[in-house]
Amino acid sequence: MNTILEMRNISKSFPGVKALDNVNLSVTEGEIHAVVGENGAGKSTLMKVLSGVYPHGSYEGEICYCGEERQFRGIHDSERLGIIIIHQELALVPLLSITENIFLGNEQARYGIIDWEYAEKRTRELLKKVGLNEDPATLITHLGVGKQQMIEIAKALSKQVKLLILDEPTASLNEKDSDALLDLLLEFKAQGISSILISHKLNEVEKVADRITVLRDGTTVETLEKEEISDDRIVSSMVGRELSDRYPKRTPKIGETLFEVKDWVVYNQVHPDRQMIKGINLNVRAGEIVGIAGLMGAGRTEFAMSVFGKSYGRRISGEVLLHGRKVDVSTVGKAVENGIAYVTEDRKTYGLNLIDHIKHNVTLANLKGVSSSGVIDDYAELKVANDYRRKTNIRSSNVYQLTGNLSGGNQQKVVLSKWLFAGPELLILDEPTRGIDVGAKYEIYEIINKLANEGKGILVISSEMPELLGICDRIYVMNEGRLVGEMPASEASQEKIMRAIVRAEVRV
Amino acid sequence: MSELATAETKPAKPKQSLSLYSNFRDYGLLMALILIMLFFQSTTDGTLFRPVNLTNLVLQNSYIIIMALGMLLVIVAGHIDLSVGSVAGFIGGLSAVMMVQWHIHYIPAALLCLVAGAVIGAAQGYWVAYHKIPSFIVTLAGMLVFKGLTLALLGGRSIGPFPPQFQLLSSGFIPDFFPGHGIHVTSMLIGVILVGLMIYSSIHRRIKRERHGYEGEPFMLFAGKNLVIGGLALFLCYLMASYKGLPNVLIVMAVLIALFTFVTRHTTIGRRVYAMGGNEKAAKLSGIRTERLTFLTFVNMGVLAALAGLIFAARLNTATPKAGLGFELDVIAAVFIGGASAMGGVGQVMGAVIGAFIMGVMNNGMSIMGINIDWQQVIKGLVLLSAVVFDVYNKNK
Repeated sequence: MNTILEMRNISKSFPGVKALDNVNLSVTEGEIHAVVGENGAGKSTLMKVLSGVYPHGSYEGEICYCGEERQFRGIHDSERLGIIIIHQELALVPLLSITENIFLGNEQARYGIIDWEYAEKRTRELLKKVGLNEDPATLITHLGVGKQQMIEIAKALSKQVKLLILDEPTASLNEKDSDALLDLLLEFKAQGISSILISHKLNEVEKVADRITVLRDGTTVETLEKEEISDDRIVSSMVGRELSDRYPKRTPKIGETLFEVKDWVVYNQVHPDRQMIKGINLNVRAGEIVGIAGLMGAGRTEFAMSVFGKSYGRRISGEVLLHGRKVDVSTVGKAVENGIAYVTEDRKTYGLNLIDHIKHNVTLANLKGVSSSGVIDDYAELKVANDYRRKTNIRSSNVYQLTGNLSGGNQQKVVLSKWLFAGPELLILDEPTRGIDVGAKYEIYEIINKLANEGKGILVISSEMPELLGICDRIYVMNEGRLVGEMPASEASQEKIMRAIVRAEVRV
Repeated sequence: MSELATAETKPAKPKQSLSLYSNFRDYGLLMALILIMLFFQSTTDGTLFRPVNLTNLVLQNSYIIIMALGMLLVIVAGHIDLSVGSVAGFIGGLSAVMMVQWHIHYIPAALLCLVAGAVIGAAQGYWVAYHKIPSFIVTLAGMLVFKGLTLALLGGRSIGPFPPQFQLLSSGFIPDFFPGHGIHVTSMLIGVILVGLMIYSSIHRRIKRERHGYEGEPFMLFAGKNLVIGGLALFLCYLMASYKGLPNVLIVMAVLIALFTFVTRHTTIGRRVYAMGGNEKAAKLSGIRTERLTFLTFVNMGVLAALAGLIFAARLNTATPKAGLGFELDVIAAVFIGGASAMGGVGQVMGAVIGAFIMGVMNNGMSIMGINIDWQQVIKGLVLLSAVVFDVYNKNK
């Protein structure tokens, strides 16, 4: 069999982070090749290199496609040769029709005038190929996510695809839609179309993949042949790394139960009939660091935000208790007043005012702490900002630097400072070290440890399992809006967490 | 723009140039205003700075400046209000109906008009804040509605004249307690006291800063700045005192400017407006009730538009259906010339005030020069564009 794609020694760096380090990937014609790895292992980056999103020259190494070395300058170059990538976030325009979406940027036109009849005819053919029976004039917004995913694939087919790349295609699909999509991949395989499938769901990967390449920390671990594939093998290959001393040492001093959530149920913000959080019970004790593990889309962020002032979801029910007393968390203000703080996942969108400086960001959640009868005391505020800048070791020339100009790690320290100054008893940290280099991560862990030693309760949401194992005392595992496992960190391992998730997936 | 900021951005010696630069930016707008004034002073053969003209300049622009204060907050919050001109016109009409036709005493009538302005602002703010209807659309609708209501209220006619006491709001001057000197002594005294207070407080701030261990700007710059601003203020005050003294409306305006400067710089509510304009989601997740805050900025805008409407009606001494036409454009232009960002989160009260004066001086100067109204519009438009282009260019550098 011929090799259609050969990526050799691909390396790609971002400021402060080496995302890919000598990665190799080879795909043969008519093969379904799965790429697996933890979040941040470099899967998406590798695909962006392949599709030309990162143009030739911005990475090292070479790409051989159809027997020739290629230097893609943009996504157009790779698409012309039949490499089509379908991203996790669908790139469809909701208020345009199926036909308009399929031929967007590739209009069936002569002299700039679109031949709609021809376009519609082709759309019907394409829809048939992907097994959809929809009117081509239907607006995208009226289709479910599963069907939208199929439209993306139809769009790829319209471009004479030879190598189809799917990035987490089933992340937001239910089982039926996922199965339909996987069957379609098998059908394409029969027609000689190769696919690269990026997925977290090992059962799916095992079902369709011919070979599996495992990435870890930006390097290729190995490529498994069909007969070598098994859960255990993949999991141990994905996570097999030393925890060594990337996490600061700490002797936990755990006290009474501080924070409890009982029977927490949340419905989807947009589709109020869809249950997102399906009855969660958890607790955090004083001085304890508790982790919530799970895959993307497990509902962890939705859970945290719904607890924090009902910032997410509708029809929320359940109880929140602090020190055994029921507390009102119906608005962010009340949640903060009652001693809950939430450090958001996406600090740029939800955490910081990027056009204002460090000082104003640090005091924002607790302006009362630096003011009396509504008038801010400039010097008190300055003192607070300087104190926290020193405590959390924010690297800037002074507290008047705009937060938009800080590095990711320092931005995160500003967000942490803001919530520390609010004086919480329970701190919820959502992906506290995402997109931060190793050194800054260590500093953030140290801050977390210090808070725990002061007797605060810490709830950490992280998709990086080694991180949870490295810093937590106890770990909950969440999947599809349910807790599917709870274990002391001393007994936990990445394999165990993964198994809890996989078991739940199979059961569902 | 806070002085603390400029002082703090240069902890070490090599950073001195940076402080000069940020000072230049902070005071650049003021310098632009001074240059424009000098330009028109020479092209109008000295007419611009004549006491009577200077007094007129203040009277003509007072209502624009007062509305610019509210508009600044609306724009910093990330919104816009296109209805202010129509609202001002409507309130002017309402005041005329109440005072002239219904013979209500001017004080309760004026207060009722301010309440009406608050209600109008609340009605618009409600849709923007609680239903997330874009402010552009809500206030565009408001603009049409209140333009129409003004016509309906006045029946297409002008109503006047107002009671003489009410006219004093716009055309009156503060009384002179020491008459007979050929110059308005009380006005001059007020000017001297205010400039003295300003210099005293900036010296006080400087000392306090040094006591807290923060190095201030270089002494020469500090002294020069205070002398120039103080001198300019005294000069303008002297010119007005040699005519009829300080206009009542100038006092109203000065109090409001001081109040809004304080609110935006030193209060929690001001800080929250900036945070909301900078990143609404982050502000909300920091416990700020963004809906209520948005609502309040529109209520505030409504009250100020009503006040401007009263001042304008008192100035013309009649309420006409055309009153307020196009005011919103001057007000919004003033705020943007003053350095506010259309994206929200950025803007200063003093900037908006100076922006309004730049527009006002240009109107006045070009009229004296005899430039036609058509070309005046063209030039004003270009000035607005170049001011914002200059700002954006500077920011990206």
